[in-house]
Amino acid sequence: MNAMVDPYTTEDGRKIGGVLMDMRNITLRFGGVEAIKDISFNIREGEIRAIIGPNGAGKSSMLNVISGFYKPQEGEVHFRGSIRPPMKPYQVARLGIARTFQNIALFEGMSVLDNIMTGRLNHMKTGLFAQAIWKGAAEKEEIENRAHVERVIDFLEIQAIRKTPVGRLPYGLKKRVELARALAADPKLLLLDEPMAGMNVEEKEDMSRFILDVNDEFGTTIALIEHDMGVVMDLSDRVVVMDYGRKIGDGTPSEIISNQEVIDAYLGVAHD
Amino acid sequence: MFYREAGDFKTSYAEDNQTFPIKFDRYRYWFVLAVAFLVIPFIINDYWANAIFVPFLIYSIAAIGLNILTGYCGQVSLGTGGFMAVGAYACYKLMTAFPEVNILIHIILSGGITAVVGAAFGLPSLRIKGFYLAVATLAAQFFLIWLFNKVAWFYNYSASGQISAPERFVGGIAVTGPNTEAWAKYMVCLVFVTLCGLAARNLTRGTTGRKWMAIRDMDIAAEIIGVNPLKAKLTAFAVSSFFVGIAGALFFAVYLGAVEGGEAFGIQKSFLVLFMVIIGGLGSIFGSFAGAAFLVVLPVALKMIGVDLLGWPTDIVSHFQLVVVGALIMFFLIKEPHGLAQLWRVIKEKLRLWPFPH
Repeated sequence: MNAMVDPYTTEDGRKIGGVLMDMRNITLRFGGVEAIKDISFNIREGEIRAIIGPNGAGKSSMLNVISGFYKPQEGEVHFRGSIRPPMKPYQVARLGIARTFQNIALFEGMSVLDNIMTGRLNHMKTGLFAQAIWKGAAEKEEIENRAHVERVIDFLEIQAIRKTPVGRLPYGLKKRVELARALAADPKLLLLDEPMAGMNVEEKEDMSRFILDVNDEFGTTIALIEHDMGVVMDLSDRVVVMDYGRKIGDGTPSEIISNQEVIDAYLGVAHD
Repeated sequence: MFYREAGDFKTSYAEDNQTFPIKFDRYRYWFVLAVAFLVIPFIINDYWANAIFVPFLIYSIAAIGLNILTGYCGQVSLGTGGFMAVGAYACYKLMTAFPEVNILIHIILSGGITAVVGAAFGLPSLRIKGFYLAVATLAAQFFLIWLFNKVAWFYNYSASGQISAPERFVGGIAVTGPNTEAWAKYMVCLVFVTLCGLAARNLTRGTTGRKWMAIRDMDIAAEIIGVNPLKAKLTAFAVSSFFVGIAGALFFAVYLGAVEGGEAFGIQKSFLVLFMVIIGGLGSIFGSFAGAAFLVVLPVALKMIGVDLLGWPTDIVSHFQLVVVGALIMFFLIKEPHGLAQLWRVIKEKLRLWPFPH
């Protein structure tokens, strides 16, 4: 067990630290339906952790448990070494957990810049009166955070659409803006729910590169759900496989590929 | 040709963040302010003040207030009239209870009291949305007016049930009561409009505004990035009601001088301010001014054209006015939901390229 949490360095030189988030015996029920059945897994600092599984396996539910939308009936969520009490999503965000959605959840009425600036909300502390006066504290804070947001914009190469209303952007760019908004928050843990759904090969390659760069340059821990097996195998350090709410595999990509239960879940088995 | 940002380079984020990024806009803004403060007070007379300028300024504040709630935070409210009444009655009680305190402080305090009342009536917004919230605020409208008519304490047990503003001075000049000069009324309202407009603009371009708009556009995503929906919505209700309360206090104390709650602040007032916001443009401070100006000037203009020019009977003209407003509301909802402000934006886009649009 201890060997599992000792820090190590990957082949490409990234440092993987201790356990950042530990899900212990999570069970989530909707009425009589068990969406997640007694699942345990951990996410280690600095790693890219993939959650895969067929449709309806409970992957998104798992992400929703992590980000506080769902409260599991049983089990404990440990974050940074201590148990996390039941929290509302906005409180989870303040712990440094950011996420993107399967269906893009951007603020359509606002510009790209404003959308990404919302990611900085938890770093902005001036009160209502200071903001109404604007000159002074509020303006200073706005500019400091703007500088930070501009770094994210540069990083994701979306300078040209800074002032465009989000509603006018094509799908691939929206996905990138959503990633930018999550990144602007300086998250410790970044949850990506199908970041490459509906993208063509080129866009997938771009997105993969951004995910690797985020992990590499900022050291952000990433947990992602993805259906494209090639992407998952190339990107992730470790993979959790879910099927019908159960965990059927957990390990490095090469271990997962040779796991008979996983193959059965994906390819189906002959029924006697 | 004369209207473009070419050569107007921004070298700091502060410059990029300013309200009017284009030089021409900035000059026009200062020009309008200069005319409003330095020219109009000297040429204004009673008719222009009472028919156009004072109601326009007061309704602008109310429209800004409602726009913050409905346009920026996405919470529909039909309680504007009721909240204006809170401002008016709060101002009356303060004026009569503490006659030695400056009236300007009373007006600001009335806004504060309305903010508290507004936040209380905003509590249901956490559970209900859209039409249902509109009906809940409608209940606030009727309850508040009923309360002010029912409990005699609010109108100091006067026999008529009316409240009337006693005479109050600012620096030796009467700003309320029967002896107020037109320019004094105008100046008081103008100062409040300028301050409220600036505050609203600053709030909506900063963190608070982004929180409101995030709630408006997608509340689930707002929550996931760390917006506390309870706090954001209640702040919107409080700030919105603060402005509406100030508008109510000015409407009572400076503009009319004497009001009867149900008559001056009835449901019609709620709809009037809502129409101003819709026609002017949801989610735009400029739109609040444009909508207020439009709906204040329209009846006056229609009366001038209908009665004075064409010689129609007054009652037909006043009914015709209802038809015109109704048709305009439908037109804007279908064709341009972002109102006059959006039309103005489109014109500006076109002007920037004119005369070579390609």
